[in-house]
Amino acid sequence: MLLQVKDLQKIYMTGENSVAALDGISLSIDEGEYVAIMGPSGSGKSTLMNMLGCLDRPTSGQYILSGEDVSQKSDDELAEIRNKYIGFIFQGFNLLPKLTALENVALPLVYRGVPAKQRLARAQEALQSVGLGNRMHHLPAELSGGQQQRAAIARVLASDPPLVLGDEPTGNLDSRSGSEVMDIFQKLNNEGITIILVTHDQQIASQTKRIIRFRDGMMQSDEKVVS
Amino acid sequence: MGFWEIFKMALAAMRGNKLRSLLTALGIIFGVGAVIAMISIGQGASKDVSDRISSMGSNMIIVSPMRGTRLTTEDVDTLLERVPSVTNGMPYVRFSVTSKWSNETYDTTVNGVNQDYTTIMSANIATGRLFTKEEVENRERVAVVGGTVVEELFNGKSPLGEKIMLKGQSFTVIGVLESKGSSMGNDSDDVILIPVSVAQRITGSTVVSSIYFKAAGADTAALAVAHITAILNQKFNNRENTFRVTSQDELLETISSTTKTFTIMLGAIAGISLVVGGIGIMNIMLVSVTERTREIGIRKSLGAKRKHIMWQFIIESIFLSVSGGLLGIAFGIGVSRAVTVLAGWATSISVGAIMLSFLFALAVGLFFGVYPAYKAANLDPIVALRHE
Ligand SMILES: Nc1ncnc2c1ncn2[C@@H]1O[C@H](COP(=O)(O)OP(=O)(O)OP(=O)(O)O)[C@@H](O)[C@H]1O
Ligand SMILES: [Mg+2]
Repeated sequence: MLLQVKDLQKIYMTGENSVAALDGISLSIDEGEYVAIMGPSGSGKSTLMNMLGCLDRPTSGQYILSGEDVSQKSDDELAEIRNKYIGFIFQGFNLLPKLTALENVALPLVYRGVPAKQRLARAQEALQSVGLGNRMHHLPAELSGGQQQRAAIARVLASDPPLVLGDEPTGNLDSRSGSEVMDIFQKLNNEGITIILVTHDQQIASQTKRIIRFRDGMMQSDEKVVS
Repeated sequence: MGFWEIFKMALAAMRGNKLRSLLTALGIIFGVGAVIAMISIGQGASKDVSDRISSMGSNMIIVSPMRGTRLTTEDVDTLLERVPSVTNGMPYVRFSVTSKWSNETYDTTVNGVNQDYTTIMSANIATGRLFTKEEVENRERVAVVGGTVVEELFNGKSPLGEKIMLKGQSFTVIGVLESKGSSMGNDSDDVILIPVSVAQRITGSTVVSSIYFKAAGADTAALAVAHITAILNQKFNNRENTFRVTSQDELLETISSTTKTFTIMLGAIAGISLVVGGIGIMNIMLVSVTERTREIGIRKSLGAKRKHIMWQFIIESIFLSVSGGLLGIAFGIGVSRAVTVLAGWATSISVGAIMLSFLFALAVGLFFGVYPAYKAANLDPIVALRHE
């Protein structure tokens, strides 16, 4: 088992009102799984991804990642977990606009303390594997949306984490770029990397192995995909 | 992650915002420049003044009457007789005149002195001679003139043997003083020396402006000061504030402590502008943290720890202040050079002042960079990522 959450709650206080973005979620995900999370807008999908990605802390409940209770960790320990165990792919790419594709891809390795030479070699390799070998010295603004998302994927590949989280990774892409991204995910999963992604697209979800549906901060269903 | 990595990151951020970086550093450039220029002007003035006092003659003691009291030529004789540690003594009478020679006139100062003038004041006669003891006693109307008087009154011609008119009396010029130059707008060559006896005849009294003594040696000067003070206290029945006895050493000390204070004050005023420059850095760093909130969020999502973000911003701030400091040093040296060349003031650029202001700039960058960096490091990753 790679990760397990128990009775996870996230409550946002907005003035007088409180919103339970997550209202008692319990689930576990094994190594090598390929999971899609679906559900209407505001149902708590992104909130869950932020918890799983150690970017945010739950109001209550437990999150166990690789056998360790993450809720007890300090901010710097969480940073280290993000650096080594988790790769994020966001809808908005989240590349640093003033760094080239190569520098962006190498950035997690900078924080990991990998020496410059090795770092660049791995970043180059990762960019080549997503078909951006000829765009390495371009700034994000000089790349198309699909290319930017592939650069973001290369950033994950270079740091080689066991868990990859994608929050609507194809949300901003046309269908061709979207299917390129999905092909890369499929390849990664074939190599044994665990992938969890949020999507509104049934077509995309059906390419995964398991679909979890959310509604109002709760899990509505959790099904294996039969192909 | 090494220092070098963070340094390169900071450098890249500076490059991305050249104009802003320059404007931010400008505060430090002017601050450091001002500190260096001010201190070099202060130290230049201080050196100038102490050189001048040293050139006045070694082991010199000056006795001056204070308000309401009188010292006369007799006091000079009494003191010379009773204080064995002084070798020479000279009454000194000073007044301003309009000197006349042929059709020329020139406003200058007359010093009534005696034959020991050159010995006591460490002065030299360039051409001709000083008046003798006999000439002083016989009230001969002879004069020794300074270089400026030669230029202004005699238009540079040799004045030896010429007759000049002072206060309606005719004097024969018998010598020219060797130049001592001028400092701080005070020209020591703008003077006419005449026998003190003649000067007193002109002023109509035996009162002197002050008395100059020369002590036998540096070690006896303090003794002589004490001795003179004791004798004069007796004369004035121990009344306070009747006279002042100053040795050249004391004078030097007083002046140098005054100019030191002056230098520190100038430096401190300039230092304030450096602090203001630091506040400018903090201001821009805070703006920069806000603008780059999303960048900070992305870096954190990729595993940047608090210390990484913290150092990134501190180094940026130190980088700004240090590069401003280096430019400021060049600027300060330029300004003090310009002051020397354009205004003719003596300046002295000290390595100490350069080091001090550089280290101060560094400290300012560190101090004013810490708060913005701390703010950046403590941003919540989710909040930062959602920014904009
Ligand atoms: N920082 C916040 N402060 C207050 N409420 C929040 C905050 N973040 C999320 N919420 C609320 O929590 C709920 C879940 O939000 P979340 O972003 O997880 O939805 P989602 O399922 O990702 O929706 P979408 O499909 O539109 O991305 C929403 O009602 C949202 O308004
Ligand atoms: Mg969402």
